[in-house]
Amino acid sequence: MLAIRAVSAPVRRQCVRSAPRAAAILSLQNKRSYSSNKVATFHGKKDASGNFPVSLIEGDGIGPEISQAVKDIFAAAKTPISWEPVDVTPTLKDGKTVILPETIESIQRNKVALKGPLATPVGKGHVSLNLTLRRTFNLFANLRPCRSVAGYKTPWDDVDIVLIRENTEGEYSGIEHVVVDGVVQSIKLITREASERVLRFAFQQAEEIGRKKVRVVHKATIMKMSDGLFLNVAREVAKDFPHIEFDAELLDNTCLKMVTDPLPYNDKVLVMPNLYGDILSDMCAGLIGGLGLTPSGNIGDECSIFEAVHGSAPDIAGQGKANPTALLLSSIMMLRHMGLNQYADRIEKATFDTLAEGKVLTGDLGGSSKTHEYAGAIISKL
Amino acid sequence: MLSQNSARAAQRLARAAARQQPQFQNASRSFATVQSDIFKPTKFGSKYTVSLIPGDGIGAEVAESVKTIFKADNVPIDWEEIEVSGVESGSPGSAEAMFRESVASLKRNKLGLKGILHTPIARSGHQSFNVAMRQELDIYASICLIKNIPGYQTRHKDVDLCIIRENTEGEYSGLEHQSVPGVVESLKIITRAKSERIAKFAFSFAMANNRKKVTCIHKANIMKLADGLFRNTCKEVGAEYPSIEYADMIVDNASMQCVSRPQQFDVMVMPNLYGGILSNIGAALVGGPGIVPGCNMGRDVAVFEPGCRHVGLDIKGKDQANPTALILSGSMLLRHLGLDDHANRISKAVYDVISESKTRTRDMGGDATTHQFTRSILDKMETL
Repeated sequence: MLAIRAVSAPVRRQCVRSAPRAAAILSLQNKRSYSSNKVATFHGKKDASGNFPVSLIEGDGIGPEISQAVKDIFAAAKTPISWEPVDVTPTLKDGKTVILPETIESIQRNKVALKGPLATPVGKGHVSLNLTLRRTFNLFANLRPCRSVAGYKTPWDDVDIVLIRENTEGEYSGIEHVVVDGVVQSIKLITREASERVLRFAFQQAEEIGRKKVRVVHKATIMKMSDGLFLNVAREVAKDFPHIEFDAELLDNTCLKMVTDPLPYNDKVLVMPNLYGDILSDMCAGLIGGLGLTPSGNIGDECSIFEAVHGSAPDIAGQGKANPTALLLSSIMMLRHMGLNQYADRIEKATFDTLAEGKVLTGDLGGSSKTHEYAGAIISKL
Repeated sequence: MLSQNSARAAQRLARAAARQQPQFQNASRSFATVQSDIFKPTKFGSKYTVSLIPGDGIGAEVAESVKTIFKADNVPIDWEEIEVSGVESGSPGSAEAMFRESVASLKRNKLGLKGILHTPIARSGHQSFNVAMRQELDIYASICLIKNIPGYQTRHKDVDLCIIRENTEGEYSGLEHQSVPGVVESLKIITRAKSERIAKFAFSFAMANNRKKVTCIHKANIMKLADGLFRNTCKEVGAEYPSIEYADMIVDNASMQCVSRPQQFDVMVMPNLYGGILSNIGAALVGGPGIVPGCNMGRDVAVFEPGCRHVGLDIKGKDQANPTALILSGSMLLRHLGLDDHANRISKAVYDVISESKTRTRDMGGDATTHQFTRSILDKMETL
């Protein structure tokens, strides 16, 4: 008996010990791989004709019209991009929502995609398509700049908020179960790895766009462990970026201050877990007039997908009334991601000038022009 | 006489039964409604005893203002003041002891007026006393009234909404664990029983206060089971109130609508975390946390506190705080007690002072101190 105990004890101890060591090595490796090269760099290659191929998901409803507008404008600006239309109609395979393998292959090859609005099929079993895309390509960060558009009057002018949202876990982990009838547990998952990845991206983005401050939004007073982990990782990552100021703010305060006066946030990059980011990014869009004017980019290590976050508006589909600005701004963001900054600047300037003049605007902005007339006005500005 | 006696005996029996079978009580359908559930606290020597918890930050200053005003109006209330604090002090045991005392006091008096207690971020720190108190006393319904104050201009006009928030479960369950280093799970709990009672509360509240519409705020497109349960329960309860319009909205859309067109909302009912977000957005629409009153209702206990819960540690002791939120919460307390005369006089004085715009605190664009503001309310009350 004594002998058995003597033998078994070291074994057990070994097991216990080896586990954290393995974890430590793992995290060290992770850290090393991130700090040596930047997260989410664009690795796309030009095709034979010297253009970057980009997968284009036109989307449903107004999607084809606004995609056409973007294509026209890009052609007029002579951007070195060739479009590769793909289909993302979801199918159910073994009870899981999946998209066609050709689509996945196309996006993986091109490393970048532009996506119009999709109508998520309502019904049991279907995970939202956006979520499927994010999971398929591991798009860990959602970049949501919110900038007031001159010429379109909203309660606030001069808003320029950059918001980054963790995109893969948190409240959207999708882990839920019914414990007994009438009692549901939904799990918010926060991991060091995913937190570090998105936080590094946030700091890196701040460097790229020349902002001096990064602010984490959290609720660590209540969720001491999960949001606490996010916050702690942020503190560690901040040490690698000594020239960028880092601070943290409670979610309640952010909501309150941003609606009271969003302008102090103009010099910061905000980064936060999934749900808070979802709510705050839409709220920011509300401050400057809705989702029709805000771009969005989903950034991953391999691929990135840029999209319009507004709905597919089936009621006005095919009538030429749709406003392509959100998709256009997203595509400009895509150009910057691909390093085609001069094209991005040119198209952006033409767009903002057209909006500021206010002569040729679509119906949602109080004008009466058709989608193609609006696109034409931008092209003439180029 | 006989009938009264037997009624009392029946009541006693019913209470005893409830005490003996707490499990059954929970499972059965005896959920609270506004009309029936709140027991009036006992009156001693023609005065009510009310627990007063000033809280941290600006709490002491604004509580003093309320005390002064209530005293000047001869409100029949005796305060039982308990100095709880959530700020880290040398002896954590004493904070805990004070917290226990405050809970005991609230259980005894059934009625309280409370400021906000600070919660530390550090993991070693204590759990939020605010949340613990709500869970302990089962004050499940938080009401936050967001309404433009006449004469005080903000960017949005005609905002008049009411946020009803589940207070005891959801994301604030406090259940978290670390599966392996670097992987943390936090549980959000939604139960049908608690969803049903908050939904019933919301609809009864809408009926009692002559409101037309209840909007359920959720994120059921992502959290299909948890928020799905909440939404379905609200919908089922709504079917029992055909005179009140029912709608539901996803929380991110609701936040966007709230900042662009807040006039469309009336009563909103939602789980815990979304309530925190929307009450802050709402408060910002009408002028900040200093003017939004609120209360927390349970079956036995009602605690009145500012609706948008900010501690205000940064302006502590500077005599800058706006006591309006706590005064208006106090006048809600008076209405709850049936002391409508006092409530009307006090709230009218507050509104008049604000709309005259001569004396306003700093958060409302004035430069008056808390004391000066209180003084003008007192002066105004003399003229009413």
